[in-house]
Amino acid sequence: MSTITFENVGRKFDSVVALEKVNLHVRDKEFVAIVGPSGCGKTTCLRMAAGLDFPSSGTVRVGTREVVAPGPDRAVVFQQFALFPWKSVYDNIDFGLRNKGVPSAERAHRIAAVLKVMNLEGYERSFPHQLSGGMQQRVAIARAYVLDPVVLLMDEPFGALDAQTRVLMQEELVRLARVNPRTVLFITHGVEEAVYLADRVAIMTRRPGCIKEIIDVKSLREAEHWNSLPRIEDVMDLESFVHLRTMIWKSLREEKVEERN
Amino acid sequence: MSARSSRRPSNLEIWALGIGGLIVFFGLWAGLSGFGLVPPRFLPSPAAVAERMFFLIDHPFAGATLPQHVLSSLGRYGLGFLLAAAIGVPLGLFMGWYGLLDDIVSTVFNALRFIAPIAWVPFAALWFGTGVGGPIMVIFAGAFPPCLINAYRGAKFVEPKFLEAAHTLGAGNLRIIVEVLLPASIPSIVSGLRVGAGLGWQSLVGAELIVASSGVGYMMVQGQSAVSTPTVLSGMIAIGIVGYCVDLGLREMEAFTRRRRGLV
Repeated sequence: MSTITFENVGRKFDSVVALEKVNLHVRDKEFVAIVGPSGCGKTTCLRMAAGLDFPSSGTVRVGTREVVAPGPDRAVVFQQFALFPWKSVYDNIDFGLRNKGVPSAERAHRIAAVLKVMNLEGYERSFPHQLSGGMQQRVAIARAYVLDPVVLLMDEPFGALDAQTRVLMQEELVRLARVNPRTVLFITHGVEEAVYLADRVAIMTRRPGCIKEIIDVKSLREAEHWNSLPRIEDVMDLESFVHLRTMIWKSLREEKVEERN
Repeated sequence: MSARSSRRPSNLEIWALGIGGLIVFFGLWAGLSGFGLVPPRFLPSPAAVAERMFFLIDHPFAGATLPQHVLSSLGRYGLGFLLAAAIGVPLGLFMGWYGLLDDIVSTVFNALRFIAPIAWVPFAALWFGTGVGGPIMVIFAGAFPPCLINAYRGAKFVEPKFLEAAHTLGAGNLRIIVEVLLPASIPSIVSGLRVGAGLGWQSLVGAELIVASSGVGYMMVQGQSAVSTPTVLSGMIAIGIVGYCVDLGLREMEAFTRRRRGLV
């Protein structure tokens, strides 16, 4: 079972309490988005699931095992892509597979498959700087997906993209999630993005951050057949979508207002 | 015109300015010696030196012609420099990755690197002889520190996002060093090689002044003994030209690596 569990997680940076008693359970094959005001520690949550940062108190588990180090079972898609500029698209995607010791024939096969899914065929020999931002992020997602990870951790993956590209990527991610469901933890500050993509949306408070509220999107999505609509703007026009979006906005806005006081 | 003009001069203009500088330099030199301001035995005229250089190209002096001396120097220099790069770059990368190694080596290294390469000459001669080994050690002493320091800095200041990506993709230490730290540090390493190449070439000639039985430095010492100032100056000019060419080659390499990386 690939689950992610935060149990009473706290994190202090020197004397600053960044996170306090974070409790969140991401179920198997569930897509959970965390939204929150900037600086609330949502990225820190993701980094702790990745093993790039560690809680000062409480535990973070993936499956039944406590996270002690980074590893290819928990693939990360970073906001700044973090593709290796000195490696071709192919070699970037190949890197993790080689680390896992996958035989070369199987690697070629898996890379070909993921390139096809991500619409990257023909760009194998290109270098990242020769690609647009959207394509670079597709490579980064391919690099994560090809490892067949237990969980996928995405840290504002579309934050650095322009608006049009972001929409296309969001649609693509929904398509991908439908073909190949994964346990996903997705960090974003975009409320619409969270509602569009996630099964559940966790709202964080301002610092010291904790989970304030968890909104179920999935049941409404299935009842209203959002998935039958191919375009994001059609979904965004639905009353059910607008309702959820407004609800989350209001909840986040309270945090902003308190911040100002 | 302001100190930093907004318009960059074209390549042609840069060439013209460079040649202009050379003309002024040789003009001053010719003026000083030609008008008798400095007697020829202190400073031979450019014409006398040029004549001597052309003579040395096909007439042996101190056992070899000028090109043979240059080749002999380049051979030693190449070996010493390659050795410095082959040890300095990997050691620098490892120091940048393993903090313990860094702590052990840094203090010793930071004291040793201030000893001028020429100070090693007596021991170089004693340990490795005056033939090939001794000069190579002196060149090594000159070229090694920049090779190591730049690889070390490159590895130390690799953007954290690349290291985090490598970690989350399951890379081990050796693979991170070879496939992340090394390529990420290439621009810094190439700059280090360039500086090292320059210092190595400078130290070589210093070494040859004392040890060795051929080479440009050796030729200059023999020229000094024979009170042939044009020979000494011929050697100096040869050193300058060869050093300039080596640096030009490495500068091209530096520009090439930057272009490939999309940094330009």
